[in-house]
Amino acid sequence: MKEKPKAAFYWCSTCGGCEESVVDLAEKILDVVAAIDIVFWPVALDFKLEDVESLKDKEIAVCFINGAIRTSEDVHVSKLLRQKSQLIVAYGSCSHLGGIPGLANFWNKESIFQKVYKEAPTIQDETPILPQEETEINGLTLTLPKFFNTVRRLDEVIDVDYYIPGCAPNPDLLLEAVQLILSGNLPPKGSILSPNRNMCEDCPLERKEEKIQLQSFFRPFEIIPEPGRCLLEQGIICLGPVTRVGCGALCMKVSMPCRGCYGPTDGVQDMGTKFASALASIVDIDDDQQFMKLIASIPNYSGLVYMFSLPSSYFKRKNMEAVKNE
Amino acid sequence: MSAKVVDQTNYEPKIIMFACNWCAYAGLDLAGTSRLTYPANITVVRTMCSGRIDPSFVVKALTDGADGVLIGMCNYGDCHYINGNYKAMKRFLFLQKMLDDFGIERARVRIEGISASEALKAKRVITELVEELRRLGPLKIEEE
Repeated sequence: MKEKPKAAFYWCSTCGGCEESVVDLAEKILDVVAAIDIVFWPVALDFKLEDVESLKDKEIAVCFINGAIRTSEDVHVSKLLRQKSQLIVAYGSCSHLGGIPGLANFWNKESIFQKVYKEAPTIQDETPILPQEETEINGLTLTLPKFFNTVRRLDEVIDVDYYIPGCAPNPDLLLEAVQLILSGNLPPKGSILSPNRNMCEDCPLERKEEKIQLQSFFRPFEIIPEPGRCLLEQGIICLGPVTRVGCGALCMKVSMPCRGCYGPTDGVQDMGTKFASALASIVDIDDDQQFMKLIASIPNYSGLVYMFSLPSSYFKRKNMEAVKNE
Repeated sequence: MSAKVVDQTNYEPKIIMFACNWCAYAGLDLAGTSRLTYPANITVVRTMCSGRIDPSFVVKALTDGADGVLIGMCNYGDCHYINGNYKAMKRFLFLQKMLDDFGIERARVRIEGISASEALKAKRVITELVEELRRLGPLKIEEE
């Protein structure tokens, strides 16, 4: 019998939603398992890192890695899997763009540790203990991975062949990708395995006005949106204009605005500045002072537009040094 | 990262100026034909309208090595395309908010209405921005 191609799944800094989306294949997962052999999947199967180390180089046909790069362990395992795999697929927003963990780039290691280990309320009234990379106990040395200052995308650490976007990715995209890889009819390296079209093209909601002219913004809980009508037109900030399709417009179907988890279309790197450009042109206020008040009414604009893509923006992170100097 | 040490003698700020074709660029042209001198720190990129200047152009310029960016647009009411400069201003105000969030000094990016006859204003604005950037020092973008 011909040996089945080997596949691996790994999680870096992630919530586990991407693993969930693999399980969301439901009975189709049996088709996947019939076609490929899973050799490493920490969240679901009991394989150890030594099992991967014992494989020959390039023995794994395809490896799906989700999660952003937060610790030295993420880097170590990603590099090992790169060595052992023919194809690496960045699976999900975190490995593709940086994702939600990437929002930590508005802070740094020092300020995160300060908040989490020193300022956060605790039931233990002791001196705060900070995690150490090495701890001596009874003559033994215990180690923890290094916590980086900045969250990075997977492709900043290793060479990535393909990307499957989404938080979490649509299981159909995974199935299509597996079929594509098994067929051997591979797209150019670096392709994002989701159509290169804009969300507004697929969105089931409709615009009623010729031109959107906004006077104020609303958060989704502040108004009850008119069903079937474009959310942006109603003043709810929706990132559809700068987002790629692939999810099936799930959020808009239930009148929730798009948050841009599929990332931008080809040719756009930075979603936030592009969205600022789009948003500025649909606001119908010409007075600068009033316009500034309107901007101030958006709580955390940068956090909103870079919700999934801060480490892939031009600046990548907040400049902590400059803040200190001011 | 080490603390900012500004070498005042050798540091020359790099400034990218986006200028609209009808006002700011013509204003700079007038400064040239009038033989006004202004600091040679600026590199001018001409766009047909300031409404074309996306905040991403400005951010890309800053991350690619510019210390400051100057956006030259028409004065209000003067826009060749009726309202392009209003759009430019709105985009700039959004950008200022984003610069705050990313820890970049607001003063590094400036927008000014410069009409085709305001060669002296062009000179003044460029000189002021160069002085301001000398005070702030080189822009360092934290990577790690």
